[in-house]
Amino acid sequence: MVDTLARGMNAIELRDVFKRFGEITAVDGLDLTVPEGICLGLLGPNGAGKSTTMRLLTGQAIPDAGELTVLGHELPRDAKAARAEMGVVPQLDNLDVDVTVQDNLAVFARLYRIKDVAGAVDRALDIARLRERRTAAVDDLSGGMRRRLLLARGLVHDPRLLLLDEPTVGLDPQIRTQLWTLIGELRARGKTILMSTHYIEEAQRLADEVAVMTKGKIIARGKPAELIEQCAGRETAEVYAAPERLAEVRAAAEAEGLRVRPAGPAIAIVGAERARNGIVPEEAVRRAASLEDVFVLLTGEEAE
Amino acid sequence: MKVRRLDPAAIGGIMSREIANFRTFWKGTTFSSVLEPVVYLFAFGVGLGATIVDRVDGLEYVQFVGTGMVATAVIFSSALPAMFGTFVKHHFQRTYDAILAAPVDVEELVTAEMLFIGLRAGFYGCFPLLVTMAFGLEPAWGMLLVPIFCFVTALAFAAFGIAVAASAEKIDQFNYVTTLLITPLFLLAGTFFPIDQLPQGAQAAANLNPLHHLVELVRHASFGLELLDLARFGLLLVLGLALWRLAVKRMTLRLID
Repeated sequence: MVDTLARGMNAIELRDVFKRFGEITAVDGLDLTVPEGICLGLLGPNGAGKSTTMRLLTGQAIPDAGELTVLGHELPRDAKAARAEMGVVPQLDNLDVDVTVQDNLAVFARLYRIKDVAGAVDRALDIARLRERRTAAVDDLSGGMRRRLLLARGLVHDPRLLLLDEPTVGLDPQIRTQLWTLIGELRARGKTILMSTHYIEEAQRLADEVAVMTKGKIIARGKPAELIEQCAGRETAEVYAAPERLAEVRAAAEAEGLRVRPAGPAIAIVGAERARNGIVPEEAVRRAASLEDVFVLLTGEEAE
Repeated sequence: MKVRRLDPAAIGGIMSREIANFRTFWKGTTFSSVLEPVVYLFAFGVGLGATIVDRVDGLEYVQFVGTGMVATAVIFSSALPAMFGTFVKHHFQRTYDAILAAPVDVEELVTAEMLFIGLRAGFYGCFPLLVTMAFGLEPAWGMLLVPIFCFVTALAFAAFGIAVAASAEKIDQFNYVTTLLITPLFLLAGTFFPIDQLPQGAQAAANLNPLHHLVELVRHASFGLELLDLARFGLLLVLGLALWRLAVKRMTLRLID
């Protein structure tokens, strides 16, 4: 992992950006920088403003206020030039299903003004490990293959910056792991990646840094380990008991100044290493604090 | 990348997508484009022509209908695919989200969609003319202009269809457009009967109908062009340009938040 400070320019800079849809403020004074060469995980619950942020970065949404710069291009004025240098992998599958795998890629190679279309298609097929299915119609691919093809389409022009909008949402664990491997390889090659996700594990595994977004703004940012240390301490204790007992434990912990969050049928006492004897029941399950603890504490939402 | 307005590379890229998709369904389109005029010519030209109507405006009825049906083919292969195709690509397939994430803008997107539909309708619009030849229509040099007339008219109707799709919230709303606008345009174009025998009001309405001007252009290309045809062609061009700008505006409002 490369140290942020040692890097050069920012690939993405958003300053005090607002985007409203009628009464709803989707992006609310957002400040965000993404240095070149890192993978930043934009972690937030549904409706946090992640997808709107992605659309602002491609010029498909125009901010009501604020400044946006992507790869040195001011948006929305120079959005087309910025898009030429970035690849986008959407949340929803929007491939041409009746068309072959290679034709799907070739169309986008042309849209990105690649001269050697065949070469670009071959490279993208290799990245997605779809060379053997190049003449298959997209409709005949498995769900995992289609996702890999979407990723390959976003990479067909070898972009400097890759925007991944919820890249594994709705996928089964096996396909998700395949995608993570591919994204991990891109990250290792030094691509700048901004990845929106509401999966904690995805952010923890892939991101150099995580920015927690809720209600249209960033409320915390840092390397996963730093965020955990700052927001959740070292240890979390999960208590499983009857509701009455949980209420008692919660009250005692909160009286000690500890933060308690729901964890399914249990409660989780965050920063349990700071608790005085007797506050955390002996039957509690102690574990290392996680990004999930941070996420739930900061956003108030249950994690996925 | 050098950024320029209406970049041919962007337009070509989008059209290459249309071609890739069209390759998967061209057989069905071609089949119906050939068979439809054959059915119409048998029903109206041969059936009606042999029993009720013999000649219209000095032409055999089958030739009158056959040349007029070019306009029918054009409106149905431009306005309807533009309406339904644009709506489906935007709302269901999310194709435009993918394209606009590449260095392409809405103006290029609309222009490319119009051009592809225009070329396709320009090609398939000629089929009724070719079929009518099998029913006795003599080839004429002027007919070489028919694909151009069809192309320009189809551009206008494609732009109209895109603008409608960009303005509609639900696909059901197209029923109003087809019933209230496209069907009357199709019936009042002078395809099946000459409009100069209609009441004054209907004649005035028909003269505002771009499809009527296409019918006239195709008939005149087959049997002798007039100076007025230049004005008719100019009118179709101006209409196409105006609807192009409208389609770009409506699609920008639809696609860019």
